[in-house]
Amino acid sequence: MSACCNDDPRIHDIKSKIRVVPNFPKPGIMFQDITTLLLDPKTFKNTVDLFVERYKNKNISVVAGIEARGFIFGPPIALAIGAKFVPLRKPRKLPGEVISEEYTLEYGRDCLEMHIGAVEPDERALVVDDLIATGGTLCAAMNLLERAGAEVVECACLIELPDLKVNLLSQNFT
Amino acid sequence: MYATKNGLHEEQRLKIIRDSIRVVPHFPKPGIMFQDITTLLLDHKAFKLTVDIFVDRYRNQNISAVAGVEARGFMFGPSIALAIGAKFIPLRKPRKLPGEVISEAYVLEYGTDCLEMHVGAVHPGERVLVIDDIVATGGTLSAAIRLLERVGAEVVECACVIGIPELKGIGKLNGKPLYVLVEPRQ
Repeated sequence: MSACCNDDPRIHDIKSKIRVVPNFPKPGIMFQDITTLLLDPKTFKNTVDLFVERYKNKNISVVAGIEARGFIFGPPIALAIGAKFVPLRKPRKLPGEVISEEYTLEYGRDCLEMHIGAVEPDERALVVDDLIATGGTLCAAMNLLERAGAEVVECACLIELPDLKVNLLSQNFT
Repeated sequence: MYATKNGLHEEQRLKIIRDSIRVVPHFPKPGIMFQDITTLLLDHKAFKLTVDIFVDRYRNQNISAVAGVEARGFMFGPSIALAIGAKFIPLRKPRKLPGEVISEAYVLEYGTDCLEMHVGAVHPGERVLVIDDIVATGGTLSAAIRLLERVGAEVVECACVIGIPELKGIGKLNGKPLYVLVEPRQ
């Protein structure tokens, strides 16, 4: 799944700048902290550049970022490839009319929202988040976009957790 | 404080930006005319203009860090940081940042809230820009300034896309320069 970029020399630097914080937010979880990557301008730029290089000629008109860390990476990518940026948010944050998609957490459920009218049918969309674990949030994001009639071209993340079982999605997932 | 008063004659640019912002009445509660910047983000030209204006202003000011206030500050800050070669520091609601943080409380209309920053994100003497989408009371930005000053950073300026006219005559927030692109829409 991450084979797309492994040969690129920038990848090693990106990996090395991600900090692992043990037992956050709760015991047993090794949290992948991307804020240390953001503290290195060159590495942050390389990260964005890698995504931009991949997506700039794919006729993508929408970059959807998942709150909140998807808001850090999504907009620079959107600006560079000429796409609009659509924030996918936790409930009751977006003003005006929204559509909601529920998804399952380890314990309980959560919800992702998108503005009505943000995306039009047949637009080609990229979903961005910092990390994929179970894929639950990304699936909810894809559902929102597809309900609005968009085509999700790809989901892009900096980090995938290899040890967790990922629900592979029906779309091309790299 | 407003872009036009700071030597920018880009009235057309600012009009594009202001016109792209949507007003949502009575959100999050009755009486509030919410300034929704998501429509700006949907307009690539307006979004790029916004970032470009900030980048032009800050690129030669030796700013080494851009601090963005969660969550809408995250939508503007990183692009500015990348363009001026600065690092990006997220200032977050409590318990979101992993590891060691410092916290700063601030007053809301009803009650208080809290902003956090990672220990070690910023070093003493660093020149920092603070960014958010809108400034109203200035409470959140003031907390951001205090966080940065507590670790010895120098806040060069606070920058927002939208600012209420009440702050217009002052152009400063807690003694720090405040730079705002447009007034709120009715």
